[in-house]
Amino acid sequence: MIALECITKTFNPGTPGEKTVIRNLSLTADPGDVITIIGSNGAGKTTLFNLISGAVFPSAGEIRMKDRKVTFEPEYRRAMHIGRIFQDPLAGTASNMTIEDNMMITAKKGFRWPKISLNRAMRQKFADLVKTLDMGLETRMKANVSSLSGGQRQALTLLMTVLSGPDILLLDEHTAALDPSNAAMVMEQTQRVIQERSLTTLMVTHNMNHAIAFGNRLIMMDAGEIIVDVKGVEKQDLTREALIQMFADTRKKAFESDEVLLST
Amino acid sequence: MIEGIFVEGLIYAIMALGVFFTFRILDFPDLTVDGSFPMGAVIMATSLHAGVNPLSGLVMAFCGGVSAGFVTAAIHNKLKVPHLLAGILTMTMLYSVNIRILSNRANLPLLRVDTILTRVHSACEGILSPEIASLIFFILVVLGLKLALDLFFLTDLGLVFGALGNNEQMVRVQGVNPATLKLIGVGLSNGLVALSGAFAAQYQGFADVNLGQGIVVSGLASVMLGEFLIKSNRIWALTLRVVLGAILFKAIMYLGRYYGYYINMTPNDLKLITGVLIIISLAASNYKRLRAKGDA
Ligand SMILES: Nc1ncnc2c1ncn2[C@@H]1O[C@H](COP(=O)(O)OP(=O)(O)OP(=O)(O)O)[C@@H](O)[C@H]1O
Ligand SMILES: [Mg+2]
Repeated sequence: MIALECITKTFNPGTPGEKTVIRNLSLTADPGDVITIIGSNGAGKTTLFNLISGAVFPSAGEIRMKDRKVTFEPEYRRAMHIGRIFQDPLAGTASNMTIEDNMMITAKKGFRWPKISLNRAMRQKFADLVKTLDMGLETRMKANVSSLSGGQRQALTLLMTVLSGPDILLLDEHTAALDPSNAAMVMEQTQRVIQERSLTTLMVTHNMNHAIAFGNRLIMMDAGEIIVDVKGVEKQDLTREALIQMFADTRKKAFESDEVLLST
Repeated sequence: MIEGIFVEGLIYAIMALGVFFTFRILDFPDLTVDGSFPMGAVIMATSLHAGVNPLSGLVMAFCGGVSAGFVTAAIHNKLKVPHLLAGILTMTMLYSVNIRILSNRANLPLLRVDTILTRVHSACEGILSPEIASLIFFILVVLGLKLALDLFFLTDLGLVFGALGNNEQMVRVQGVNPATLKLIGVGLSNGLVALSGAFAAQYQGFADVNLGQGIVVSGLASVMLGEFLIKSNRIWALTLRVVLGAILFKAIMYLGRYYGYYINMTPNDLKLITGVLIIISLAASNYKRLRAKGDA
């Protein structure tokens, strides 16, 4: 479904501000994979998503999507296959437009012609969809999105993203800006839609429990590299303690090998 | 006299709708307007003199404006030039282009040619006075354009325009190229502006390459005045208030021109007044925003 091969990303190359954020990273996600990604601040998780979605281009390496090379394809074109949700609940919706207008915008991907699709049947369909969120928003379809709470907005964004029918879902700490109960609610909705549509999903989270409970594969990133990659049965049996131990181990190993290199 | 204010206000309202489109919907402050307005006027005048029928002349003026907008958007999209600079570049080039269109002249009178207005007047002869006929004609034209614009913003494409000024990231994530939208939007906007210029030339009886000086600022002033008249976020109300704002603006300018001498004002001070009007509008909306924050 999506493959990154030996990707390196260096910001501001050749200047004093030069910074390599992704180092020779390779990752393949198969159709239906649900991969959780954890890692400390600045590990390069968001940059990884930016590379996949085309918001930034790699300095080296190749990206393929559905067996098509997309390494330098512009973001809007790749977006035909990708649904992306950001941490900021404001980022996914147009705040000064109504709920139904927002849904109409995300009801399909790509360029559209000046024809009116938002008719009564479509309104009903949107209202029914919003009803599945169970937030009472179906009675406020003509209210501006700016009048919604952060949790409601993020849940709506999730719904809208799925509505546009992506093949790949990129979730970047999409519950991090919400209070615990809203976060749990959005997480639940997320789980539901991913299962319903068997979407290939990459989800960044800072919540170890989410990372363990969710999906069939877990990746830990550090300093632009994948340092832990567990899947299948191993992933199912993973515990919080084991994960923390793994993190400590790999870092220590890396540190030791550096030391060895330096001393010889 | 009062019909005159309304007619001028309505003609300028078409331009103000274009300015509203770029400044408010696209969030693309486009200064091409100062060049595309006289462009509409000179295309209209030249084609009328060449014996083209007025309706085709209007269509040509509109297309001229659209292409001017395309140039600005292309400069911005392809060369990554900031909006303002891209607009200024096109506007400056249009000055020469407009003189070329007038065959190396700076102005062209339209006294003894058949214009859209002379046609309207002769059609209404004996029923309505020319002033009233013009007024009704422009009410219909502006209403038609306003409704067409309202309808456009309800379409799938129009809705994406609504999102672009608000959240460009969302548009990109939806698989729409923002550059394409800007091209279409700035093009359409300048088409409207040129149409307004074409009507203005016929109403005033001449086309002049200097017709557009500072016109974008008066368009912006109209948009801002309108925002004080109606509070809403429904598209039909947004376009309506632009039209009302343009008429109000013309009325204020009229008062300044004819009664300004009581306070020692000359017509040359009108640009100063326009600028001050915009500054007051900005200050007032800032103040309101701060107040709203304080209440929350
Ligand atoms: N455009 C840029 N120019 C320069 N440096 C950048 C740029 N974008 C990101 N970085 C740097 O890349 C590093 C990785 O950033 P990134 O946002 O990918 O981290 P992250 O893993 O998402 O962290 P967090 O958990 O805090 O979101 C950071 O040190 C950041 O400062
Ligand atoms: Mg991040």
